[in-house]
Amino acid sequence: MAAKVYTITSGKGGVGKTTTTANIGVALALLGKRVVCLDADIGLRNLDVVLGLENRIVYDVVDVIEGRCKLRQALIKDKRLPELHLLPASQKRDKSAVKSEDLIRVCEELGAEHDFVLIDSAAGIEEGFRTALAPANGVIIVTNPEVSAVRDADRVIGLVEAAEKGPAKLIVNRLKPGLVQRGDMLDTGDVLEILAVDLLGVVPEDETVLISTNRGHPAALEEKSRAGQSFRNIARRLLGEEVPFETFREAPGLLQRLGRLFQSDGRSA
Amino acid sequence: MVSVDQKSIVIKGIRDGLSVTLPGDGTWPEALAALESRLTQSPAFFKGGRVALMVGARTLTEDDMRQARDLLVRHDVTLWAIVGEAPVTRRIASGLGLDVPPPSSAWVSDPAAPPAESRIWDVAVESERELVAMPLDEWPDAGLVVRRTLRSGQSLRHPGSVAVIGDVNPGAEIIAGGNIVVWGRLRGTVHAGALGDETAVVCALDLAPTQLRIGGRITRSPDDRRRKPRPETARVRDGQIIAEPWGV
Repeated sequence: MAAKVYTITSGKGGVGKTTTTANIGVALALLGKRVVCLDADIGLRNLDVVLGLENRIVYDVVDVIEGRCKLRQALIKDKRLPELHLLPASQKRDKSAVKSEDLIRVCEELGAEHDFVLIDSAAGIEEGFRTALAPANGVIIVTNPEVSAVRDADRVIGLVEAAEKGPAKLIVNRLKPGLVQRGDMLDTGDVLEILAVDLLGVVPEDETVLISTNRGHPAALEEKSRAGQSFRNIARRLLGEEVPFETFREAPGLLQRLGRLFQSDGRSA
Repeated sequence: MVSVDQKSIVIKGIRDGLSVTLPGDGTWPEALAALESRLTQSPAFFKGGRVALMVGARTLTEDDMRQARDLLVRHDVTLWAIVGEAPVTRRIASGLGLDVPPPSSAWVSDPAAPPAESRIWDVAVESERELVAMPLDEWPDAGLVVRRTLRSGQSLRHPGSVAVIGDVNPGAEIIAGGNIVVWGRLRGTVHAGALGDETAVVCALDLAPTQLRIGGRITRSPDDRRRKPRPETARVRDGQIIAEPWGV
């Protein structure tokens, strides 16, 4: 049975590709799916850190490609979830070490025994991005509700469509509901108006994500994490379930609540 | 004065850039001289573009092709393909690293043509045929219709008018010799009348371009980002580009 191979990419760096890859992987594994998270950011690996598996790395994807080990030896089983595996990137080499055909071959081999392969792409639009895109049969674009991230996402979607890997799905990450309500941040509608792709999920800015990254304990494992809940919803949507999109509202602060008491018609000033 | 009439060089906007058809008569140096005149006449239109050179039945040497490539490079244009009927021409072009698509006209308007980064549109076939038949200065508003949104990084050049049914996103650009009509949101950069026509107009349902040029004039949107979108036309009046509500 052919696995679903998703490349998670963004154009802009720092928008949350790696966090997203790790958390979707965890969420899918929690639902019983066999998942491999593949770090395609050769030379600047961090998927292992986010998953908390960095001290279990013996072989990496470049070792597999260059024949120094078998694929099975390089796959690291997650310490909490037996269905989740990591294929780490190399930290010593760079992107020229992995060609598109190599990655396609690796994903084909992985596809035989897993349900999902999630490829964490490097930032940018050059060779690293193209290589990460090559094995994909689905593409997930991660962006922030912020003009330069959206500009880059638009560029990347154009490239994905030109490579005939579209249509891509979108995750809007690090939304700050308070700023959106005050009109200081783009809302999801603004982003979709420009990018015109299907929305896969919205993830709010959540400081538990930073904390969990530092601990190597993805937020999707945390019941109480809002971001974790969003990632869990994304996993369910990937499995075909219709999960309504979250509406995030910032709880009104004390001054706002007092202010409302004095409005005669309840509208804010 | 060139013996090859400059006007008999036919330029079309195609997927991946421009196609330039050189006439079959005259020597190669004469054809190149005529092409050089065209390039120097409208530098803004060609600068940064990609060109496929249509050479018909001519048999060209490697030197001929290098001369053409160098000429284009001097005007900041990249030669990416040579389309010719003679097999020896195709072989030499291929040896120089150029693309050699088959010379049938179907290639130019075929939506199934090889995808490339700047692949853009579904072309309205009627306007393609009209363009091939007409000499340069007799073009009416033979237009190109693009039925999708242009994304950041995509670039569309056409010597006639261009209509986009869709949005033009920030980071996308349109350079047209004629008018530009965007049936959607215009947020990228556009240059109408790029061959020197300051009577060209730019219309959009939401006119909010990053930068707008008509002929030799340039302007940008006012910084007022919260205005309500409404259909507008931009044109040159008294030497300045102004925007007016559409329909005036």
